[in-house]
Amino acid sequence: MRLLIGIPAYNEEITIGKVVTSIPKKIKGITRIDTVVVDDGSSDHTYQKASKVGATVLQHLINRGLGGALKTIFAYARECNCDVLVTLDADGQHDSGDIPKVIAPIFYSHADVVIGTRWLTKSTAPLARKIINKLANVVTYVFFGVGTSDSQSGFRAFSKRAIGNLKLNADGMEVSSEVFKEIKRNQLRYKEVTIIPVYTQYSQAKGQRISNSINVFFQLLLRLLQ
Amino acid sequence: MMSITQISLTVFLLFAVSRVFLRFRGGSLSLLGFVFWTILFNSAIIAVLFPVLTSQVAVILGIGRGADAILYTSVVILFYLVFRLYVYIKDIRLEITELVSKLALKRPKKHDRKTSKH
Repeated sequence: MRLLIGIPAYNEEITIGKVVTSIPKKIKGITRIDTVVVDDGSSDHTYQKASKVGATVLQHLINRGLGGALKTIFAYARECNCDVLVTLDADGQHDSGDIPKVIAPIFYSHADVVIGTRWLTKSTAPLARKIINKLANVVTYVFFGVGTSDSQSGFRAFSKRAIGNLKLNADGMEVSSEVFKEIKRNQLRYKEVTIIPVYTQYSQAKGQRISNSINVFFQLLLRLLQ
Repeated sequence: MMSITQISLTVFLLFAVSRVFLRFRGGSLSLLGFVFWTILFNSAIIAVLFPVLTSQVAVILGIGRGADAILYTSVVILFYLVFRLYVYIKDIRLEITELVSKLALKRPKKHDRKTSKH
């Protein structure tokens, strides 16, 4: 079974090297692990840092947003015919030691999409982040009909079936909720796995903000009406 | 007897409805979007053809009188232009992303040798 780790990155020169090198060298049942970083038009040295530690780096000439970067990762996953795709945030908030746990439901054919959720255990996350996430979950359920405890998690795993069928449209942060629309549309099996996020000052500064959440909400609303 | 304003507005709104239908048939408008814009433009047609209804609505809303024809026209045209502009910009944005993505997928071939094989 071939695993691809996809990391969307925008101005992440501080953390990208560490994130790539922290990916496990071996995982039980996986014959090959590849890492692809999509440098989404960074103005810093993300591209060089990621290349230096041995990742395949796909460079967007201009910034297209999280959704744009994920679309490139999915296209690459289809191209290289991998069996499982895992996406991770480049800011270091995900512990790559959780990868085996996140891919397990796919490995045992229990799910097509697995989300690493940060909210099923008692969380130390800041209150603003908790509120944003709750609201995003409600919006995701109302708009797309899929209940989730962490619609905004960037730690996800996709089976070959999901990789082939997911058709993402959004360019921005609203892509996180759009994944659920695609789960529903393609009738994919969905599971959640608890992960422990690593909150640092850096990763918190990079996360979703309330001001951005309003924009994401309107983008989702417009997407429904287009 | 219909006034010239009513006739021209109705024709324009029917044109808008037809554009919505064509966009839906062409696949660039979702079913929900199609329903939303169709209801909106058809409601405008009803309001133009039966202005008495708008006066009744205006009374219910406490405005007291129906909006005048110029205001109607401006709002309807603006709504339609915003709709067109929105679809147009969205299409361009998606095309740019697709282009950027395709270029990114083409360029890195030389780096494939560096692909980390853990």
